[in-house]
Amino acid sequence: MSILVYVENTDGKFKKSAFEVVSYAKSIADNIQTDVVAISIGNVAEDELAALGKYGASKVLNVNQEQLASFVNQAYASIIAEALKSTGSKLLVLSNSFSGKGLAPRIAAKLEAGLADGALELPHITDDKLTVKKTAFSNKAFATLELTSDIKVIALSPNAYEIKETGGNATVETFTPNIDQLDFSTVVKEIVRATDKVSLPEADIVVSAGRGLKGPENWGMIEELADVLGAATACSKPVSDAGWRPHSEHVGQTGIVVSPNLYIAIGISGAIQHLAGVSSSKTIVVINKDPEAPFFKVADYGIVGDVFDIVPKLTQALKAYRGI
Amino acid sequence: MKILVCISNVPDTTSKITFTNDNTAFNTAGVQFIINPYDEIALSKAVELAEGGKGTVTVINVGDASTDATIRKALAIGADNAVRIDAAPRDAWFVANQIAAYAKDNAFDLILTGRESIDYNGAQVAAIIGELLQIPSVSIAKKVEVASDMVTVEREIEGGKEVLTAKLPLVIGTAEGVAEPKIPNMRGIMSARSKPLDVVEPFSVELLAHIVNYETPAPRGTVKLVDATEVEKLVSLLHDEAKVI
Ligand SMILES: Cc1cc2nc3c(=O)[nH]c(=O)nc-3n(C[C@H](O)[C@H](O)[C@H](O)COP(=O)(O)OP(=O)(O)OC[C@H]3O[C@@H](n4cnc5c(N)ncnc54)[C@H](O)[C@@H]3O)c2cc1C
Repeated sequence: MSILVYVENTDGKFKKSAFEVVSYAKSIADNIQTDVVAISIGNVAEDELAALGKYGASKVLNVNQEQLASFVNQAYASIIAEALKSTGSKLLVLSNSFSGKGLAPRIAAKLEAGLADGALELPHITDDKLTVKKTAFSNKAFATLELTSDIKVIALSPNAYEIKETGGNATVETFTPNIDQLDFSTVVKEIVRATDKVSLPEADIVVSAGRGLKGPENWGMIEELADVLGAATACSKPVSDAGWRPHSEHVGQTGIVVSPNLYIAIGISGAIQHLAGVSSSKTIVVINKDPEAPFFKVADYGIVGDVFDIVPKLTQALKAYRGI
Repeated sequence: MKILVCISNVPDTTSKITFTNDNTAFNTAGVQFIINPYDEIALSKAVELAEGGKGTVTVINVGDASTDATIRKALAIGADNAVRIDAAPRDAWFVANQIAAYAKDNAFDLILTGRESIDYNGAQVAAIIGELLQIPSVSIAKKVEVASDMVTVEREIEGGKEVLTAKLPLVIGTAEGVAEPKIPNMRGIMSARSKPLDVVEPFSVELLAHIVNYETPAPRGTVKLVDATEVEKLVSLLHDEAKVI
């Protein structure tokens, strides 16, 4: 009764979330004395697959068929459900990534399995009971969810669990699902990647700016600061509403929820809807000219001052520190 | 084109979130309820698509009579009629089952939901409805275009976007970018009163999960201020103390 983990790849390479879910599943497996089997769909090199062993997978099921090269949630859901049945696993772990959110509920519905979306911690498992903490009210609270179904699915929040190296290589087995019956009626036409950018939900450091920046022409200094830190860039809602930045950068209650190690908020007031999406960041730095800005109430470090003065200086100081 | 829009009744985004009954129930006292912001986007898109007699928009909500005000607002925004499944929404599985059962009997071409609700953040309803109806679903759409029976959807992926096509019928979970939320005008508000709102009995669904209790995040410590003339000090604090760079 292994734990099955679905690992996502981007163009044949595993992302951080893949190592997170394997590490997470390995910790659960150690607690309940079982092992971890990973399933990968798409064209991933054999050594890349075997390397999942480092994080605790003992076996990797490799599904590599032409039609499955791009993500189709219906087909992928059927394949993962089939793998779950063939391994006899009662627990599936995957990432609560953008694709994971389209996939996990379909698999859960197919198997009539309870789903813990946005899990934040290791679950507690006793006999047939599994409880796990998840986000609720857009990060303004947490809920402990109990899954009561026979098969259970956990979708782990990105950045919620530390990657741990515990093992060696995994054995790789080809898994050939019956794809004739699958539905491929959604067809991927194009993938546009911002290749030089750090993915926001997975980023360790996020540099975010708000209406205090006055206009899109001033984002150069935000990008430069992000570059020095190897950070992703983000923004407040009015900034993306005004078209200064793309919607994909908007964080908050109605945007992306992030929980990086370091969140730097520049010229953002800290409205309750903004804080909802960023408050689980480990360290928060706020730069704002208004000492009464609500963001200072949740910040770990703050500088009261003009962003046009502080940000270039901070970038310089970081460059000096990094020796650039 | 027959469009179904699923709307959820959620606490206003400025609400302070507290719990009662030994942290097992959400405290609704003093809380204003609104249409889930993402559902408003879905609704606005639906109204846009149906404009000029090109289709009809039905809104559906799983909720008790207290959600009628929210449903009337959706009618004021431009939905043609509304359905309320008369049950407290237990969780995404329960809600999606009720909606899928209704949709099965009423043959919709397009089913729109918000990408997630801002109370339970499950992001599950669109995909579960798709699975239950055995039709495709796209979660977290940033852009939706419909040309006869073919839909082009732009979806968010980590570090980029994906453009995909799918044939109707289809379920889509909408996010920001799909449409600008519409504000009801006087005519909409007046006509909303006379638009049909059907109340439908729920069916029983075996639950697969339940919430045991809630907690609120621990308060953060107080901020350490660094003088604007000493930004280097911030760099050392981030390195030596916070250990994040
Ligand atoms: C339904 C709903 C959902 C929402 N969802 C979100 C969400 O998901 N995310 C989100 O961010 N917002 C959201 N909002 C909007 C939110 O309420 C705030 O309006 C928004 O977060 C404010 O953005 P801001 O801080 O960039 O702008 P402002 O409120 O204009 O604040 C700008 C800040 O910059 C500071 N500033 C200005 N100039 C300078 C300078 N030269 N140097 C230093 N500091 C300066 C000011 O002191 C101020 O604090 C939502 C609102 C609603 C109604």
